[in-house]
Amino acid sequence: MAVVFEPTKGLTDKPFHYCPGCCHGIIHRLVAETLVANDALETAVGVASVGCTYNSYEYIACDMVQAAHGRAPAVATGIKRNLKDSFVFTYQGDGDLASIGTAEIVHAAARSENITVIFVNNAVYGMTSGQMAPTTLVGQVTTTSPWGRDPSYQGYPINVSEFLSNLAGAAYIERVCVTDFKNIQNAKRAIQKAFNVQKNKLGFSLVEVLSTCPTNWGKEPLAAMDWLKENMEKQYPLGCYKGADITFDADGKYVSGAIPATNNNCVNVGEVKK
Amino acid sequence: MAKGKTTFNENLCKGCGLCVAACPKKILELDKTRLNAKGYHPATCVNPDECIGCAFCATQCPDVVITVERF
Repeated sequence: MAVVFEPTKGLTDKPFHYCPGCCHGIIHRLVAETLVANDALETAVGVASVGCTYNSYEYIACDMVQAAHGRAPAVATGIKRNLKDSFVFTYQGDGDLASIGTAEIVHAAARSENITVIFVNNAVYGMTSGQMAPTTLVGQVTTTSPWGRDPSYQGYPINVSEFLSNLAGAAYIERVCVTDFKNIQNAKRAIQKAFNVQKNKLGFSLVEVLSTCPTNWGKEPLAAMDWLKENMEKQYPLGCYKGADITFDADGKYVSGAIPATNNNCVNVGEVKK
Repeated sequence: MAKGKTTFNENLCKGCGLCVAACPKKILELDKTRLNAKGYHPATCVNPDECIGCAFCATQCPDVVITVERF
């Protein structure tokens, strides 16, 4: 008898506080499994954001820091520049990254900081009870857009992966979802690739994961998964937006692919890159 | 004869039903006759003999409830 699936030791024993059917649990597990698979649990540093994931440091069993709202990429920049051998990642929601943290994420990508961002997009502010987020779909009903988001009044949703992929500093940008087994495996592959990008000092990497928010969407968990597939995937098409041609060998060593030309973010403070 | 075995850490289950939908053999159900420590109807395997040990349920579970073994 062989164990084919067991709880990863990358997660603590603390039960998740997330609502039933929330995808954060799946995404936490994928991150934790990637850390364990790469033997990076001891050295990795995560940066928790503000939102439903505010206490993800309670769940992921590596060192974690809590950043001010939206400032996780800035905090991660500081950590990575000083601990250049550690795997440094941020775990941010859409209210955090795409709203108050837009400046930080854009400039972290533009500077090609060698960090990895796990961006969980559920098209709503989850923790504060479902207000309209920058990523809310046109026509979507939230507590602050009770007649549906009206573009003439509330503007259009932001496609974060698309606009970040236009920056020269971004090395790897991919959008995935976790609605079924196949997509979960694909999300895990994307997170592993982002890990490899950082390990090889290729520059900024971001994995956007489409997630459900059954509570604030007012849907059953399964109906929320269907709603995500029908509506969110139209506005946010899955796929790799930058760095699709980057390849690694079996040991995770960089082989080929286009990468940002200027990448001097891995030197320690005061050290000059040769 | 069962090819796999699922073990549920029932008190972590929130009864979301994602595993029930993910199971290709349709042998998982929410047990409406019981409540777990959190007050949800926990997911359970109603026909263990049919289990193929694919781990689709465990992969989909957001709360890391399920352990899967394969014979």
